[in-house]
Amino acid sequence: MVLNCRHVWDRISDYIDGTLDPAVRADVEKHLAHCEICSAVLDSTRNVIVLMADDRVFELPVDFSKRLHARLDQVLATERPEPV
Amino acid sequence: MTTPQVRAEAQQEREAALIAAILAGEREKFHDLIRPYERQVYLTSLSLVKDEAEAEDVAQEAILRAYRKLASFRGDAKFSTWLIAITLNEARTRLREDKRAALDSLDNQIEKEGDYTPAALTDWREVPSDALERKEICALIQQAVAALPDAFRQVVILRDMEELNVQETAQALGISVSLVKVRLHRARLLLQKQLAPQLKIELKSKKKSGMLRRLPWF
Repeated sequence: MVLNCRHVWDRISDYIDGTLDPAVRADVEKHLAHCEICSAVLDSTRNVIVLMADDRVFELPVDFSKRLHARLDQVLATERPEPV
Repeated sequence: MTTPQVRAEAQQEREAALIAAILAGEREKFHDLIRPYERQVYLTSLSLVKDEAEAEDVAQEAILRAYRKLASFRGDAKFSTWLIAITLNEARTRLREDKRAALDSLDNQIEKEGDYTPAALTDWREVPSDALERKEICALIQQAVAALPDAFRQVVILRDMEELNVQETAQALGISVSLVKVRLHRARLLLQKQLAPQLKIELKSKKKSGMLRRLPWF
């Protein structure tokens, strides 16, 4: 099946995750091979996903861990887990 | 060879042993159980509660709740999935209390409408992850994620930032796998549309100023 750009955009996410069925994947690849716009959409989407997964984007607030474990200490010292 | 599956099984065994010890009275071991998940709990909380201080508060409450309810963890789901579900509940309760919860009907509309045309940049050049050393690049990404509709942000944070698989994401959010996929796809395209042009400009401006910075007299 010959796909147009819109068809390819609709499948970008599944393409990146590798969940397209092989026949559709082949059609998408055929389109990507000659369409500069869709190749750029694919590359930039993939790039955004890689950047987003990086721990440096959303850092924990300073001393988050320290405050959490201090609070836990108080609770652990006085409470046991509830019985089922 | 350690495959991811072998590692996951080893982790699950280690957690099961910790949980058994905690329930048997070695309460301080809860610190060790929770340590690998602090970031995940915080991000999950931030997917609903956008204010950082409140997200931290929700994260703490969720972790305390997980401790108190530990005996009810059955081990049929992964500990992380259980913990995320508790965190989402805690965050939703908080939002309801604040009467700021988005109406479900609004969430449902999102699925049907909207223009999901991506940004078409034929001269796209990859943004290297080194660029994240720059606070303004991180800020652009944070703002774009925060600006997503709630339903999309939750999915994209769990799936692409916390790197849960689609089944785990669906389980944690209590929605179907197909809905996870639809929301994830739209969220990713919205992020691409918003971010790709901005990142391109930021990177170009860096190249110019980078030249100047390398000169010793600047």
